[in-house]
Amino acid sequence: MTTERFVNNATDFATSAQDLSDQAARLAMEAAHLASTGGDAGMPFFISGLTVFVLACFVGYYVVWRVTPALHSPLMAVTNAISSVIIVGALIAAGPADWDFSKFMGFLAVILASVNIFGGFIVTKRMLDMFSKKKQKKA
Amino acid sequence: MSVTVASLVYLVSSVFFIMALRGLSHPQTAKRGLNFGIAGMALTIITTMALPGILSLNAIILGILIGGTIGTVIAKKIEMTALPQLVAAFHSLVGLAAVFVAAAAFYSPEAYGIGISGQIHPGSLFEMSLGVAIGAVTFTGSIVAFGKLQGMISGKPVSFTNQHLLNAALGLLLISMILVLCMTESAFIFWIIVLIALALGILMIIPIGGADMPVIVSMLNSYSGWAAAGIGFTLQNNLLIVVGALVGSSGAILSYIMCKGMNRSFLNVILGGFGGEQAATGQAVDDDRQARLGSADDAAFILQNASSVVIVPGYGMAVAQAQHALREMGDILKAEGIKVRYAIHPVAGRMPGHMNVLLAEANVPYEDVLELDEINRDFSQTDVAFVIGANDITNPSAKNDPSSPIYGMPVLDVEKAGTVLFVKRSMGSGYAGIDNPLFFADNTMMLLDDAKAMCEGIIRAME
Repeated sequence: MTTERFVNNATDFATSAQDLSDQAARLAMEAAHLASTGGDAGMPFFISGLTVFVLACFVGYYVVWRVTPALHSPLMAVTNAISSVIIVGALIAAGPADWDFSKFMGFLAVILASVNIFGGFIVTKRMLDMFSKKKQKKA
Repeated sequence: MSVTVASLVYLVSSVFFIMALRGLSHPQTAKRGLNFGIAGMALTIITTMALPGILSLNAIILGILIGGTIGTVIAKKIEMTALPQLVAAFHSLVGLAAVFVAAAAFYSPEAYGIGISGQIHPGSLFEMSLGVAIGAVTFTGSIVAFGKLQGMISGKPVSFTNQHLLNAALGLLLISMILVLCMTESAFIFWIIVLIALALGILMIIPIGGADMPVIVSMLNSYSGWAAAGIGFTLQNNLLIVVGALVGSSGAILSYIMCKGMNRSFLNVILGGFGGEQAATGQAVDDDRQARLGSADDAAFILQNASSVVIVPGYGMAVAQAQHALREMGDILKAEGIKVRYAIHPVAGRMPGHMNVLLAEANVPYEDVLELDEINRDFSQTDVAFVIGANDITNPSAKNDPSSPIYGMPVLDVEKAGTVLFVKRSMGSGYAGIDNPLFFADNTMMLLDDAKAMCEGIIRAME
């Protein structure tokens, strides 16, 4: 009898230990998520996001002023391509297993952003090829 | 891949995107920059696909295949002269994609960790509505700009009474609807915001004339960046915020440079109507002036007897696809020992850097192409200024006629050259609808023909 109870206890213990470790893993994941997004604990994301935003505006300002006027068209094409980085949001929306309205929206957004990414980069490359072509000729 | 690792990879991508823009400071480093951009984008997409929330890849792969094919085909086939409308069309796609992403986030906030349906954090709702509004304005605004550049919509400014009042009212309505959405999270209000923003995009761009399109295309470029940043705030994703800010400031700087090139304030461009009613003011000049007309043979003779020539291209060259013939003409002159250079005004063409790309396409050496402030002093020592398809950017009234609508705009001093050859289709005024006294100057010869036909005629005459 006692052995049987012992075995039962042991299995109970094992299951609860399993539960605990599951919970710990979940917690860890949540903590990682919070850490990466700023999260509700501590600073709201808006503040850290705003910090990043303002600093990036300054980086953009100084980098873009150094772009030579002759390359302003490629600059527009390439910024156009990289602004399609919103494909990140589209991929997340298109990621779930089941089709619903959000997944459909995500799917459409993936198409649009892909047109832009491929189109923007290729057109930029075509333009830059034209600018470097003559360089080789001269050399 | 865990969210933490993904965030770190996104950071790497952000740096890559900055390097991509940095590379454009010189044609030699530009390609390396482009590769950084492509690497950053590939890294971003692969990382996002490996996130734990992505359970099924079918829609993603299919979407990328469809979109990628369309994008590749368009980008490979497009004529370089059609670049401005292509860029405008691409901007509209970013805007629409932002709207779709915001809608997805609104209906499935759980996927993005911004609350659960019916209880989205008010802050996220606010950021979402900003993103969706800017996205929708970018979408319709770019479509109108595309239509104007493509010639599907009249390039003339369309204005009606109380236009600005209507726009202001819509703007206020938009802001109040955003506030209502933050409080109620009503799906109905969400779509109302989309509708108002779509209407606003059309109304904002429709009153703006064709000649102001360089500013508008840059401005929409900027908007597409701000839309991405807005979505970045919604999704709490720093990469989107960084890229949005980069693109947004890039477009804003280009708009500023374009405005400065026309000596007009940004507000003045945005309020539109330019080239409509003002046209009348510059027209009060005597009509018995005679322009000296010339033929391709005359032009060939003058060009071949010059020792230095400065070519001033404008939108007309792009329309006529004359860049190759023009370069050929330049090569013949060069072979005869004549110094040939090209002068580019900041707002020549329909988008920033438009002329540079077309000349590059025609194999004009990068070193021969000079900006306004690099070449303007040299016109007085130049024998022939060859103006092809440009008009307003050479108009001396910008310097000496305070009543001219373009007074104060920096212009190329072509009239200081020994002879000015003006290739134009007709004696009509330019896009701004302003009379150009240069046509009637003693040292000007008008060559009335299509830009390409004229260049080919001159080449034949020279041979």
